[in-house]
Amino acid sequence: MEQKTLEISHLSVSFSSWRGTFTPVNDVSLEVRAGEIVGLVGESGCGKSMTARAVMGLIRAPGKVTGGRITLCGKDLLGLSEKEMSRLRGAELSMVFQDPMTSLNPVVPVGRQVEETILLHRQVSREEARKQAAEIFEEVGIPEAEKRIRCYPHELSGGLRQRVMIAMAMVCRPRLLIADEPTTALDVIVEAQILQLMRRMRDQGTSILFISHNLGAVAQLCDYACVMYAGQIVEQAEICTLFDHPAHPYTRGLLGAVASLHRRGETLDTIRGSVPALNRLPAGCSFAPRCDLCDERCMRETPAMTSAGAGHPVRCFHAGEEAPV
Amino acid sequence: MSEILLETRNLTREFPFGKKDTVHAVTDVSLQIRAGETLALVGESGCGKSTLGRMMIRMLRPTSGEVFFRGTEITSLNAGAFRPLRRQMQMIFQDPYASLDPRMSVRSIIAEPLRTWKLCENRQAETERVQELMAAVGVPAEMINRYPHQLSGGQRQRVGIARAIAADPALIVCDEPVSALDVSVQNQILNLLRRLQKERNLTYLFISHDLSVVRHISDRVAVMFLGKVCETGETETVCGDPRHPYTRFLLDAAPVPDPHRRRSGERLLQGEMPSPVNVPSGCRFHTRCPFATEECAKTDPPMRMIGGRGVACHHPEKAGTCGR
Repeated sequence: MEQKTLEISHLSVSFSSWRGTFTPVNDVSLEVRAGEIVGLVGESGCGKSMTARAVMGLIRAPGKVTGGRITLCGKDLLGLSEKEMSRLRGAELSMVFQDPMTSLNPVVPVGRQVEETILLHRQVSREEARKQAAEIFEEVGIPEAEKRIRCYPHELSGGLRQRVMIAMAMVCRPRLLIADEPTTALDVIVEAQILQLMRRMRDQGTSILFISHNLGAVAQLCDYACVMYAGQIVEQAEICTLFDHPAHPYTRGLLGAVASLHRRGETLDTIRGSVPALNRLPAGCSFAPRCDLCDERCMRETPAMTSAGAGHPVRCFHAGEEAPV
Repeated sequence: MSEILLETRNLTREFPFGKKDTVHAVTDVSLQIRAGETLALVGESGCGKSTLGRMMIRMLRPTSGEVFFRGTEITSLNAGAFRPLRRQMQMIFQDPYASLDPRMSVRSIIAEPLRTWKLCENRQAETERVQELMAAVGVPAEMINRYPHQLSGGQRQRVGIARAIAADPALIVCDEPVSALDVSVQNQILNLLRRLQKERNLTYLFISHDLSVVRHISDRVAVMFLGKVCETGETETVCGDPRHPYTRFLLDAAPVPDPHRRRSGERLLQGEMPSPVNVPSGCRFHTRCPFATEECAKTDPPMRMIGGRGVACHHPEKAGTCGR
C-alpha cells in the first residue's frame, strides 16, 4: 500500500456567533499520498482555505475543529499541543498563501526571513543558514539570488515574492506543502512558471495539497482532485476520471462553464444562482437550488457519499445522470 | 463596415517616478474602435492596459497624443464642451465592491447617473427607470433598497453594469469586469454583457488578462507589452495564428483545463517583465525573446500588416515556429 502523507477523515470546523453556528468545513475526508499533488477545487467561500488552516492548526476562536482526525505520516495533528504544532509547521508541514505581500514581513529582507525559518528548525549557525537560504533561492529559480536575498518584499515583483514564499516553505524539505491559491494573484506566464516549480518540488519528494478555483491549473498540475461545495467534498477522483467522467452536477457545471469559454460565439454555460451563504444553507443537498436534476428528495435529505466507480466517491442522489433538456 | 467610434493617435502617458525617473506606462498607441464591436486589450499586469483605457475616456490625460470620439478630439476640449460626450462613455470596474459606495442603496447607485443627466422628470419615473434597469441586468426587484454589502459578488457587478448603462452610453470601458468573480458567476456576467451589447448597440473596450475570456467575447484584440501594442487584429486571426512571439507565449502559458493535454513547460517564457522605468532599447521584448537578433536590440520594430493583422516585430515568421 502506498504511504499516506496526509489523511483527513470526517473533519468538521464550526464557528459560533450571535447569528448562529456556521460549519465552513463539514465532514471532509481526503488523503494525499506520498509524492502526489492533490487539488482541492471550489469557488470562494466553499471551505477550501478553512480545511487548509485546520491542517496547519491555524483555526482561531471563535472557530473550532468540532470533529474528525488529521494525520500527517501517521501522526495525529489534532492531539498535538501548540508548542508541538509550531515545531512541525515550517519543518514537516508548510503553507504558501495567495498573497505573498501580506504574508511576508515588509521590514525584513527576504533572505533574512528564510534564514529565520532555518534557524528555528535546525541546529545550524547563522553563517550556515545564510548559505542554505542562498541555495534555496537558486533552487526556486530566483535570478541573481545573491542580490535578491538582501531585497525587501516591496522591491520584488509578485512572481518573485511568491518564489520567496515557496523557498521559505520548502527550505526544511517538508513532507507536505499546502499551496492556497498560490497563482491567483499572478499573471499567466508567471503562473505557468510557478506551476512548473511546484512540479519540481513534488519530484523532489514533497507531497502537495493544491488549493485553487482555477480548473485549468488543477488539470495541468494535479494527480487527483477533490471538488468542494458549501463546506463539503461533493466529488473526488483521479484527475483524468474527474475531467472525463464528472458525476456530480456541480462538477459538471463547473467544467461545462470553463469548456464553453473555449468555444466561440455561443452563449456560455453557467450554473444558475450563486454560492449560498453558510448561514443560509438550504435543507437537504446544498446544491439543490442550483441543480437541474433536483427532485423532492434532494430538498429533504442530505446525500451521503456514494461510489460513481472505483476510487470515485460522489455526494449526489443523481450521480452521473444527464440533465433534462 | 460601421463607423469608427473612437480612435487614438500616438497616445503616450508617462508618470514621474522619483526625482529623475519616468514610468513609461503607455507609449505611442494608435488604435481604432468601431461602433458596435468589442475591442479587447490584453496583457500582463503593469503593461499599461488600464492606463490606456482610462485615457480613452478622458479619465486620465495623456502626456501626448490624441483621442478622437466620433471625430472630435476630446483631450483638448474644455470641461463644458466635453460634458455632453462624457455621457456617451461609461466604465465598469474590476472590483464591484470597491466601485460601489457602501452607503448608497442599489436604488440610489443606479439613479445617480439618471439624476446627473436629468433623465427623469419625477421620482416616480426615476423609480420605474431604476426597476427597468435592474430587470435588464437581472437583479431581483426586491433588492432595490439593499446596500452593496448585502449583495453577492455577481449581483454587485450587475448593479455596476446597470449604473453604466443607465445614461444610454455608446462606449463602455470594461476594466477586468469578471476577474474578481467565481467561474460559474463569471459566465453569467459575460452572457449579460453580450446580450446588452446586442440590445443596446453598445461598443466595448474590454480590458482583461484572461485570454480565454477575451477570445470568447471580443471581435478584435490588441496585445500589449510594456506600454506598447505588439499585435492587433481580428481575435481569431491573432489568437489562432499569432505572429508576435509574445502573443504566442501568452497563449501557450494559459493553463488548458484538460489533464490529457499537459504542457511540459519547455515552451515557457522565462525571466521577469522588464521595468517600465528602464525600458529596454529597440524592441521592448528583445530581452526575453528567444528569436532576438542584434537588430532587435537596436531598432524598435514598427507596426506592419502581416497575414491580416498588425505586428510590431522584426521576425514575425518565427513566432509560428516556437512551441507547437
